[in-house]
Amino acid sequence: MTTITETLPAAHEPLYRGGVWSWITTVDHKRIGVLYGVTAFLFFLVGGLEALLMRIQLGSPENTFLDPVTYNELFTMHGTTMIFLAIMPLGAAAFNFMVPLQIGARDVAFPRLNAFSYWVFLFGALFLNASFLVKALGSANAVPDAGWFGYANLTSRQYSPGHGIDFWLFGLQILGIASLAAGFNFLVTILNLRAPGMSLMRMPVFTWMTMVVSTLIVLAFPVITVALFLLMFDRFFGTNFYIPAHGGDPILWQHLFWIFGHPEVYILILPAMGIVSEVIPTFSRKPLFGYAVVVYSGILIGVLGYGVWAHHMFSTGMGPIADAVFSVTTMLIAIPTGVKIFNWLATMWGGSIRFTTAMCFAIGFIAMFTMGGISGIMHSSPPADLQQTDTYFVVAHLHYVLFGGSILGLFAGFYYWWPKVTGRLLSERLGKLHFWTTMIAFNLTFFPQHFLGLNGMPRRIYTYSADLNFGFWNLVSTIGALMLGASVLIFMVNAILSLRRGAIAGDNPWDAATLEWSTSSPPPHYNFAVIPRVTSRLPLWDRHHPERMVDRPEDELKVVVAGKTLARTEVPDDDGESGTHHVPHMPNPSKYPVIAALGLTIAPIGVMLKPEHGIPVFLAVTLTGVLIMAYGIYSWALEPLEDH
Amino acid sequence: MRRALAPAHAFAMETETSTGLNNRKTVFWAFLGSECMFFASLISTYLVYKGRSVSGPYPTEILDIPVTSISTFDLLTSSLSMVLCLAAIERGDIKKFQFWLSCVIVGGLIFLGFQVYEFSHFVHKGLTLSKNLFGSSFFVLTGFHGTHVAVGVLWLISLLVLSLRGNMTKADALDVEIAGLYWHFVDIVWIIIFTVVYLLE
Repeated sequence: MTTITETLPAAHEPLYRGGVWSWITTVDHKRIGVLYGVTAFLFFLVGGLEALLMRIQLGSPENTFLDPVTYNELFTMHGTTMIFLAIMPLGAAAFNFMVPLQIGARDVAFPRLNAFSYWVFLFGALFLNASFLVKALGSANAVPDAGWFGYANLTSRQYSPGHGIDFWLFGLQILGIASLAAGFNFLVTILNLRAPGMSLMRMPVFTWMTMVVSTLIVLAFPVITVALFLLMFDRFFGTNFYIPAHGGDPILWQHLFWIFGHPEVYILILPAMGIVSEVIPTFSRKPLFGYAVVVYSGILIGVLGYGVWAHHMFSTGMGPIADAVFSVTTMLIAIPTGVKIFNWLATMWGGSIRFTTAMCFAIGFIAMFTMGGISGIMHSSPPADLQQTDTYFVVAHLHYVLFGGSILGLFAGFYYWWPKVTGRLLSERLGKLHFWTTMIAFNLTFFPQHFLGLNGMPRRIYTYSADLNFGFWNLVSTIGALMLGASVLIFMVNAILSLRRGAIAGDNPWDAATLEWSTSSPPPHYNFAVIPRVTSRLPLWDRHHPERMVDRPEDELKVVVAGKTLARTEVPDDDGESGTHHVPHMPNPSKYPVIAALGLTIAPIGVMLKPEHGIPVFLAVTLTGVLIMAYGIYSWALEPLEDH
Repeated sequence: MRRALAPAHAFAMETETSTGLNNRKTVFWAFLGSECMFFASLISTYLVYKGRSVSGPYPTEILDIPVTSISTFDLLTSSLSMVLCLAAIERGDIKKFQFWLSCVIVGGLIFLGFQVYEFSHFVHKGLTLSKNLFGSSFFVLTGFHGTHVAVGVLWLISLLVLSLRGNMTKADALDVEIAGLYWHFVDIVWIIIFTVVYLLE
């Protein structure tokens, strides 16, 4: 066996070096992934802090730590923050960094659109949280306080006269554009940028779930866009869509919101399912059991996710036929979900399991998500749901799904991919400590809420009377929440120590099978010196067993970049000629995405100023925003993507 | 051929793709899918509120089907111009391309002119955005459609300006094709809106 070695010149610059401007103008999917991850984690801390304040208030009956108005603001901002500013963008961070690597591409299909997504997300997040600043400056009702679902007609000008709902409605509108842009980008990236040989059914399951999530985003977000536009017209331009006095129907909001909102639930959970489908096979040293069925189940969950929205609305009195239909579809969706759970278990069955921290979080995900799923099936029965709706039972359910599911899955992904992103390993000892404190604290926080809910404690109340006997379990829940906060600190310590003095990870520390592990850690900015050629679902494991490869390579071709030997998974074509290759041309940095994003964020401020400052100010500010956005988009369209 | 060693300049943007479809065309179809959900939500809202206004003016008193039929005919005709415009640039016939592109732009502007007339006429007759549910749902639905037409007109004018500066060749036919997809979509949506708002009893 001969080895041909090709030498490529070193990359222009290391992946993360460079000043602030290089980060602002970056179009590199890996850097954007890091920006998404850091930003989303900061907002995860903000949302967590909001939760802790609420738990302290509820820790004892008739507590006066928070006043009711602040409490309403906190639960609204906690839900909105965790869903739109933490879990979704943490998923986006993983999509950004990993999907191009997993499919053997050099970047996403639209690198500048990708940068635009990030900046719109950041500005939308800041816009939403600017409400706290406005409140601190002395404006009443400036913080959203109508719940993350913003039910009409609580959001009407009559019942919410301040700017709180405006910050919420325009913040979500801006964030929706960020999500849509990312959804389009990843859908096309996965369809079109796969390396030669990577058929759809050879894609890693995480990539598959990213494609399903992107499709859900593309088809679900326009619905909430319309719902929010109608709300904007009601609040600023005198329409009557959600005003019952003029014939409007507040239930229309609920339908539109949940037609978006239920697919949104799957937008939050499917990335975690994808991560777990990568982690469990790697650490069981077995291919995923029933790959095709796992993929089809993920698709089926996405499709059925559009047919269950009204199970959020059983208590609105839709009538027996609608109740029955949505009850049945909700029960049906448990089938593909259960199929996935059994496939993960069957993957572990008989495997040679390594209990790394990532694996522990993945197993924790299965256990906790299953519990959340089962309480979900309990709600699918309208008579049971009528007892449980708007109680702490639902709070327990949704946290088992979103924390026990999404967040544990994302932590599994953190521990799994951290070495690829940073080039360094995390401490397994601190990781295990983080895992066990998280599991204990999480169950301590949320399991008692099942009891509280079934005993009749309603959601969204700032306090309760002592003689209701809710005090004990609320205290347990509060202690658990404080522990959960401490466990996140352990994670942060682990991350900081790893960045300072973590062991060097190497290309493939876990002996994983997918393409992201074939390049260096962190990868060069062009990802792959040569685009890999894929012959199976587990390209890197096949290299351990060359006898099993269909097209056995006569020559192992290696590529040396900057003194590093990059492995190749593909079989070279007939010619064996060697020579020096140029570093691949990559897209240029661009300042226009951030300019367009800025204009987009300025435009709604004008609308918000309309009630107090009149139409001229509204038009001046909004048109300024629109013109800045137009300048950004035109310059972007006319700017060449790369040098020739 | 060194097919395996992907070309050194291969950032996959404009090169061959896994599906064989151009990236920009693929993303545009996805965008149109998203737009379908957008207009489906608006049209559903209109249908839900049909006949539920608690005060007049009601649709039958105010809608002028013959007038809007003319603007509908104009908009649909502009789609034909769009087809001829794309065919011209694909042949490399820039003069014909500019002519048909101008026809589409004029068609779009005429439609917008009709809409401005219709809106101001309705306001004179007392139907405003805040008057009743019909006013709210009518103006928001047709207004969003009109905004789409206006964006399309700006887009096509941009292409015309590029072309008059000599920057459009046969190689840029894809730019025209994508603008054309958008234009046809906006037309098709109008057929549905016209049927739902004007023709349905």
